[in-house]
Parts: sequence; C-alpha cells; structure tokens
Amino acid sequence: MLKPPDDGKARAVADRASIFPLEVSRLSFSDRGRTLIDDVSFRMEGRGITILMGANGAGKSLLMRLLHGLLQPTSGTITWGGRPLDVEVRARQAMVFQRPTMLRRSAEDNLRFVLGHLPGPAQDARVEELLADAKLEHIRKTPARLLSGGEQQRLAIARARATDPDVLFLDEPSASFDPASTFAIEELIRRVHADGTKIILITHNVGQARRLADDVVFVSRGRIDTHQPAAEFFAKPRSRTARAYLEGRLDLDALDYL
Amino acid sequence: MSESGSIFSLALGLVLSGDAELWSIIALSLRVSLTAVALACLIGLPLGAFLAVVRFPGRGAAVALLNAFMGLPPVVVGLFVYLMLSRSGPLGVFGLLYTPAAMIVAQTILVTPLIAALARQSLADLHGEYDELFRSLGLSTGATIAALIWDGRYSLSTAALAGFGRAIAEVGAVIIVGGNIEHVTRVMTTTIALETSKGNLALAMALGLILIALALGVNAAVLALNRTARRLAYA
Amino acid sequence: MRKLAKFTIVAALAAGLTSAAAHAEDPFIIVQSTTSTENSGLFKHILPIFKAKTGIDVRVVAVGTGQAIKNAENGDGDVLLVHAKKSEEEFVAKGGGVKRFDVMYNDFVIVGPKSDPAKVARSKDAAASLKAIADAKAPFASRGDDSGTHKAELKLWKDAGVDVKAAGGDWYRSTGSGMGATLNTASGMGAYALTDRATWISFKNKGDLTIAVEGDPKLFNQYGVILVNPEKHKHVKVKEGQQFIDWLLGAEGQNAIRSFTIDGQQLFFPNAGQENMKKAG
Repeated sequence: MLKPPDDGKARAVADRASIFPLEVSRLSFSDRGRTLIDDVSFRMEGRGITILMGANGAGKSLLMRLLHGLLQPTSGTITWGGRPLDVEVRARQAMVFQRPTMLRRSAEDNLRFVLGHLPGPAQDARVEELLADAKLEHIRKTPARLLSGGEQQRLAIARARATDPDVLFLDEPSASFDPASTFAIEELIRRVHADGTKIILITHNVGQARRLADDVVFVSRGRIDTHQPAAEFFAKPRSRTARAYLEGRLDLDALDYL
Repeated sequence: MSESGSIFSLALGLVLSGDAELWSIIALSLRVSLTAVALACLIGLPLGAFLAVVRFPGRGAAVALLNAFMGLPPVVVGLFVYLMLSRSGPLGVFGLLYTPAAMIVAQTILVTPLIAALARQSLADLHGEYDELFRSLGLSTGATIAALIWDGRYSLSTAALAGFGRAIAEVGAVIIVGGNIEHVTRVMTTTIALETSKGNLALAMALGLILIALALGVNAAVLALNRTARRLAYA
Repeated sequence: MRKLAKFTIVAALAAGLTSAAAHAEDPFIIVQSTTSTENSGLFKHILPIFKAKTGIDVRVVAVGTGQAIKNAENGDGDVLLVHAKKSEEEFVAKGGGVKRFDVMYNDFVIVGPKSDPAKVARSKDAAASLKAIADAKAPFASRGDDSGTHKAELKLWKDAGVDVKAAGGDWYRSTGSGMGATLNTASGMGAYALTDRATWISFKNKGDLTIAVEGDPKLFNQYGVILVNPEKHKHVKVKEGQQFIDWLLGAEGQNAIRSFTIDGQQLFFPNAGQENMKKAG
C-alpha cells in the first residue's frame, strides 16, 4: 500500500506491520578472520517488545547493526516484509545507541533536526508532543549536551520516535543509569511501543528484561541459543548458557569464546 | 628603546588623529579580507566537510594536496590571478585587474585551502561522533555536511580566523593584482610596503602595529561573540 | 537561526562585492609608471590638478619600468610613463604603444657611505667612479629588477668595463627589488648604489649614505609617456588617456611638474619637445 512518505502520523496502526515479518536466513558476519555472527536464521513479527540478551561479546550489538543496515553481512540475507534492506525499509527503522549522540543544539532543535520535512505548525505540534512524552518540556532550550545522562537518553528516544519508525532498536539504552532514570526511560519505551512501534532492545539488566519483554532472544557465541516468550524464558530457559546467565553463574563455554 | 617608544606613540597618534586616509585604507583592508574569508568559507567549509565525510579513491591525495596548498606563497597566487585577469588573460574582458574585486579573488584563492584543511581536521572528529546516528537516520551526504558545518561552527570559526589572519597580513598577492593604487586598491600591507620603500621605517612600523591591533580586534570580537552565543544557546 | 545566518552571510557578501565595484563611477585611466614618480610624491602633487580640470581619476600602478612595460604590453593600463628610452622605443616599435613623447627628466646620482671606501666622493665621472668601486671591491647594491634605473646602471658598468655578473654575490649585491628597498639595503650594509635623484631626496632612511657622484651627463634620466595602442587593446581609454598625455605635455602639466619641490628642491625638470607643446596647446 502506498503512503505519502512524510505524513507519518496519518499512518494507520494496521499499516505498521508492513515492513514485517523480518526474516533472517543463514546470516554470518566476520571481521578480520573471526566469525562473529555464525549462520543465524530466524523470523520475527512486528508486534511486542523483543529483548536481546547474552554475554558481552556474544554478538547482540552486531546482530542489531546488521538488522538496521549499519553493517553489511558477510553472507546470508535479511528481508523485511519480503524486501531487502533498502533505503525505504531503513527509513522506517530507528535506533538509539548506548551512548546517546547529542547534536550540539538545544534539546528542541535535536528533535527539529529529524522533523525538517514537516511544515511549521505541524512540526511545532509534534515537538510539543514528543517533549511532553519524554518529560523534557522544561529544558527544551537547554543545550542537549548539558542535559543529564538520563535526559539525554530520553531525548535520543524521542528523536528516534520522531521519525515514526515501524521498528525501534535500542542498544542498552539504560546501562549505567540509576533506577529512577531507568524507570523514566522504560516508561518512554512503553510509550513508543504504544504507538504501534515494534521494539527490539538489548539489555543486561534482567529486571528490565522481565519488566519489558514480550519475548526474549538469547544470543551466545554469535548464534541464537533460544527465542522464547518472556514468561517461559524466565521460568524455563531452553538454553543452558541462558540459565547460567540468568542465575549469574559463569558459563565456561561462553568464557572460552571470549 | 626610545625608537620603539616613538613608533608606538606614532601609531597611537595616527589612530587618534582620525586621519581620513588611514581610515579609508583600514576600511578597504577589512572589506577585502573579510569578503575574501567569507567567500573562502563558502567554498572551503563544504569542501573540508566533504573530505571529512566521503571516502573515495584519491581522497588521501586530495587531502595531501590541500594541506600543501595551505602554504601557497601569496606572490604566486597574485601572479596566477594577474595572468587570469590581465587584459591579455582569459578573464581580461571583465576589467577586474587593479580593483578591490581582484584582490578579493586573490585572497579567496589564498585562504580557501587553509580553511578547507582546518575544517576537514575538526569536522573529521565530529563526524566520528555523529557517523552512526547519521547513517541510522539515512542522512544524505549533503545533509550530513550541512549538519556537521552547523554543529561544528564554533571550532570552524577558528579556521575562519586563521584564514582572516593570513588574508589581512599578506602583501604579495594584493600588490600584484591590486596595484597599490592610492584611494582605490591601497590596503594596510601595501601601504606598509610603500612606506618601507620610501624609507619611512618608523611610519611603516607604526602602520604595522595598527595592523596587528586590527587583527587582534577581529579575533577578540569573534571569540567573544562565540563565547556569548555558546553560553546563551548551545554547548 | 540557520536561515538568519545564511541571510547574513549572503547580505555581507553582496555588500562587500558591490561596494568593491562602486568605484567605477568616475571616469578613470590606469597609468603604468615607476616607483620613482610615485614614491617621490610627484603624482600626489600633479594628479589633483589634472583631476580638478578634467574630472578624470588617474590610477597609478607604480612598479619597476620593466614590469610596467610588460603590464602595458598585456593591455593592463591606458598610459605608460617610465624612464628607459630604449625599451620605450622598442615597446612602440612592437606596436604596444602609439607614440613616445619626452615629458621630463631628472638625473641619477651614485650614493655611498660617508667613509667612502672607494674614494669616489665629489667625482663627476660616473664610469670612472664605478671602476674605482669595483677595484676597491666596495659593496654596491643594485636594483637587479630590470627597472629603468637598473638598465641605466648596467649601461654605466659597461662603460666602466666592469663585468658585474662575475662579481655577483661578492661585493656586487643584486637586491632584485624596488628603489626604496635597494636604498634600505645599501643603507644597512654601507654600500654604494645608483638612484634617481627624486627618490633619493624624498627617501627618509638615508642613514650613513650621502651623494658621492653627480653631474655626469651620462647620469641624465629621461622620462617618456606613451598611450597604449588601442588597435592592440580595444578597451584602452583613448580619449581620457590622450587627454592626460596632452595635459602633461602642455603648459599646465609642465608647470605642475616644475612646481613640485621637496625642501625647496625641484625634483623633475619638464622638457616636453616644442612640437609637443604646440600639439597640446
């Protein structure tokens, strides 16, 4: 179905699923002779919040960057709704990084940066809405780089949301934040999810995963160990490594890999 | 010692006397060099940003060339522009030789490589920081360059100031293409050269002091403006 | 914010460029001339008189005679006023200029340190003095820039039978720069130098230098004026350029040249030919 490229807000929620399902087939990625993503295949629908978990170096961030098109696979294919990862598909994705990249502008102007296609009044209205949901209205004129870490990350999420993505990738968005900041970030993520946006999130915070996840993908040694609904995963992970991870035990296999 | 003291008081006297000729020379110097720097920024900043952002075969050579051109001898640039603008040259029909416009052209050519090279260095760092975000947003090369220049504007103002310093201080290019014509193309540096050749060394040195004060003033003004703007709105 | 910045830049550029072109309103001509006429202040004295009468601005580009002729050959000027008769005649013969007229003269002098190591002071024989300077290996600062003065100097060395090329870098120092810069150099290193009298009188950094040799007829320094050939360069402002030449050669211009003095000394002596006077009159 054709849609005007600019008018994200007019999009029906039902239309959201159009770049899904995501299908990954025999995906591999190597760098300098090391295979970091090893023959991964899976399928994902455009609903809910999916959490990627796994030890450091397991390949979560790499996998996310491959799905978003920031990295090119060594072999294998990624299709979104049957389409390759082209410009139009990528335009309907957004990503938030562990360390928020703040433009050297005010909080508000960081949002306007991605809203250039909207005419003045519509842009103003959208900025208000995004600032309000991110609870940043009172510091809209503050230079973004002077905001606290939590505020910066909320601004980064609001900015990603401004593009009306069908899917939002978040790479450890609340690592190193205190509980209150983490809570505020999670609130905002739920908000974006309520828009109808699929959330794919990397975290090491088991509590956060329990609070947010609809389903969990556990990555280990460049492979997908298990992909289960959240309740089932936390009760009975189908992978030995995942169980060790959840219980805070060392998994020697995972260590070997490092 | 007493001589340097008298030079200083001579310089002060010149400024305080409000000598109309001196002021018109100062005004022309500023007009020519500031216009040249503005033009050089218009060309050099996008060029530097382009080289910071885009990978292409021969990019290393282009950067090396640019760095080498930072040290272009003004007299060579002057000669080149003279040959272009001379009535016998390819652009002679415009009759620009011996006008301030010719001096602006020469200084623009002189400082563009400097500004572009400095811009490339500072924007390469900024680009490293923004790269993943911009690629995630699917930003075009043009939009990336524009955003880098805008966000890097405070550090880029240093590049512009370096360009201004080089432009306002050079004599080799403007004396060839401007001709040092009284009331038309005579600027601070060519006046200093002229007074030196007349043996008026004290007057020449006093004019030199005024030139230094002028450059200092422009620098201070830009830096102060920068700091205020940064404090008021951005970080 | 960005629009405002863009607007400011564009406006500033437009202002800079248009005001750069704003000078083109008054009628003007470009005269390629020598540093001696400009640096001595002659032009500053006579040009306002001409402008008051005709409304024409004369823009003087003051360089060495060699470069002035080259610039005129390229068409970068309407009138040529220099002092190297032979080169001027060649310039006209090659079609660069219309016709050459004598305008005025002054003379060259040889200046040197008061200690006078070559013992040439108060000599009236330029060639013999140069020979003495060469024999004493006393330092001599030469223009070395193909200017009128440089050409006159080389001719004198030839008359003296001295090969200065062989002495280059030793006692013979070729500065490759203008008259003033060469005098600054001579003053700095206590060297002899050949200079036109006008530049010498108006020169302010004499230091230890003083006139050593003067009064030799060979030191005669003739200035000529030539209209750049409009057949070769169509843009040459024939009417205004000719007006300037006629004025220079006429009674008013000649009187203006005569009336230019520094400290009571006349620097240039008008000597436009009789037929020129008639033509201009």
